[in-house]
Amino acid sequence: MADLKTKGTNSGRRQFLADTLRTACGVGVVALGLGLYSRNTSALPAEAVRPPGALPEDEFLGACIRCGLCVRDCPYDTLKLAKPGESVALGTPYFTARQIPCEMCPDIPCVKACPTGALDHALEKIENARMGLAVLIDQESCIAFQGLRCEVCFNVCPVRNKAITLEFRHNERTMKHAIFIPIVHSDHCTGCGKCEKSCILDEAAIKVLPMQLAKGLLGRHYRLGWEEKKKKGGALVTPDLPHEYNLPEGLRYEHGGRGLINEGPPGGDAVPSEPVLEVIPLKGGGI
Amino acid sequence: MAGLPRSPGAEARAKKGWWGANRWLVLRRMSQLGVLLLFLVGPIYGWWVVKGNMASSLTLDVLPLSDPFLILQVMATGHWPLTSALIGAGIVLAFYLLAGGRAFCSWVCPINLVTDAAEWLRYRFNLKGGARFSRDLRYWLLGAVLVVTAVTGTLAWELVNPVSMVFRGLVFGMGLAWGMVAAIFLLDLFVSRRAWCGHLCPVGAFYSLLGVISPLRVSAAQRERCDDCMDCFAVCPEQQVIKPALKGADKGFGPVILSGNCTNCGRCIDVCARDVFKFDWRFHNPTTPRVAAKSEVLP
Repeated sequence: MADLKTKGTNSGRRQFLADTLRTACGVGVVALGLGLYSRNTSALPAEAVRPPGALPEDEFLGACIRCGLCVRDCPYDTLKLAKPGESVALGTPYFTARQIPCEMCPDIPCVKACPTGALDHALEKIENARMGLAVLIDQESCIAFQGLRCEVCFNVCPVRNKAITLEFRHNERTMKHAIFIPIVHSDHCTGCGKCEKSCILDEAAIKVLPMQLAKGLLGRHYRLGWEEKKKKGGALVTPDLPHEYNLPEGLRYEHGGRGLINEGPPGGDAVPSEPVLEVIPLKGGGI
Repeated sequence: MAGLPRSPGAEARAKKGWWGANRWLVLRRMSQLGVLLLFLVGPIYGWWVVKGNMASSLTLDVLPLSDPFLILQVMATGHWPLTSALIGAGIVLAFYLLAGGRAFCSWVCPINLVTDAAEWLRYRFNLKGGARFSRDLRYWLLGAVLVVTAVTGTLAWELVNPVSMVFRGLVFGMGLAWGMVAAIFLLDLFVSRRAWCGHLCPVGAFYSLLGVISPLRVSAAQRERCDDCMDCFAVCPEQQVIKPALKGADKGFGPVILSGNCTNCGRCIDVCARDVFKFDWRFHNPTTPRVAAKSEVLP
């Protein structure tokens, strides 16, 4: 009897452990699937732009609770929440610059509305927003590069003449006109997308790209000599020595100016008829 | 389940009238649709009573409300939410701590309409059987959600959560969220009875943990009147919670349904022709609640 009882308890325990193990494995598989799926959807498509002040994408996906309060407080219906079936992480806010760009409200209502700080409330001036970076991505179709006057992107840019400037180049085709090239500057461009929206081409030649796609990065060890020199206020290597010309008495050389100047005594000819090399002393141990 | 009445509530209707036999059900549907309507009048008519959705909302531009489970997940990712989200989550948490955690499920959640419809059809057409899995599975899933959230650092559950997906869809545009509605409906209709809300949903599992201490509960206060008609069992979405309170007098259980998984839907109160059940306080639980504490409280 006692034996039976022990046996019963054991099989009960065994059953319990088996059930628990089964559930744990099943749920583990589900969890793994969910984790992998979340990794897959964490890549933001390049054409989707996050609202101003959005944390870096990996942090944003942990901080944004998909409540849509930013969407509601956007006065221009720029922002929308990703619906199931779209390639942006489900329920998160974004905008498509070519459809409705960010109007850069000075009071930034979308950021103020965010209850979790996924849109960073430290952003107080909209000019400091970096939603992305405008890139003139197709110089072959941009009509400015063909020598035609367009400059629409330059003219609609809210950070006028700072985020986009015009560079004049010689038109090699006509040989008499100037080409007005729009140049984007990342230290001023907010990524609002007004340039992309208003590009007159059927497909915009200038596009707002996510920072990590748009920007290159110089190797950390790399130094630009002239920048370092400017910072230090002088040469960082051997100090520049004024060049000395080893000329016979009465002769002077003016570099970039009049050249060789004869300052010999009037009437006298300081220049010897033949150079007497052995009498010219080598100065400063020069090469 | 064998032996369940084919038309639960018929006796109650005959005895108490239609309103008496459907009161809580009607109030509950009004609550569910009312909440949805409050969120919808903004986008539809431009009357902004409430902005946002159930994840976080702002009522009349002053009252912040946030989903405490979601805020918990945000914290699990390592991000500390701003004060307004914390206050909002605190208010909601306090409300459900008082009103019965899973009152969210039966009085607010839009998915409840879907699963109740599936259950109604299942009962109507006598669809039996299907897959069987433990009601504890939801707690495993709840744990899995938090682990995945912490490991990936993203709100992974929000990518698939039907509760927030459908509500957000209704307020901000559905997209393919109808597919999720259909999936949950078919799951509950054909795969298993009360599969989603009663076995799987981690959101409900979270709220059931609040229900473990919430003061507002359903009580089988007049349990001695029970004539074993089984109507309450037939309609209850969490049948296991009734038995200890209704039939546990001999074992020293009080009449109050203490399980956190009781959704406070009040349907048992409706369908009981003998008025055995009523809403009551947790503390109003006369017989030896200490015995109950061990086996009954744990969901």
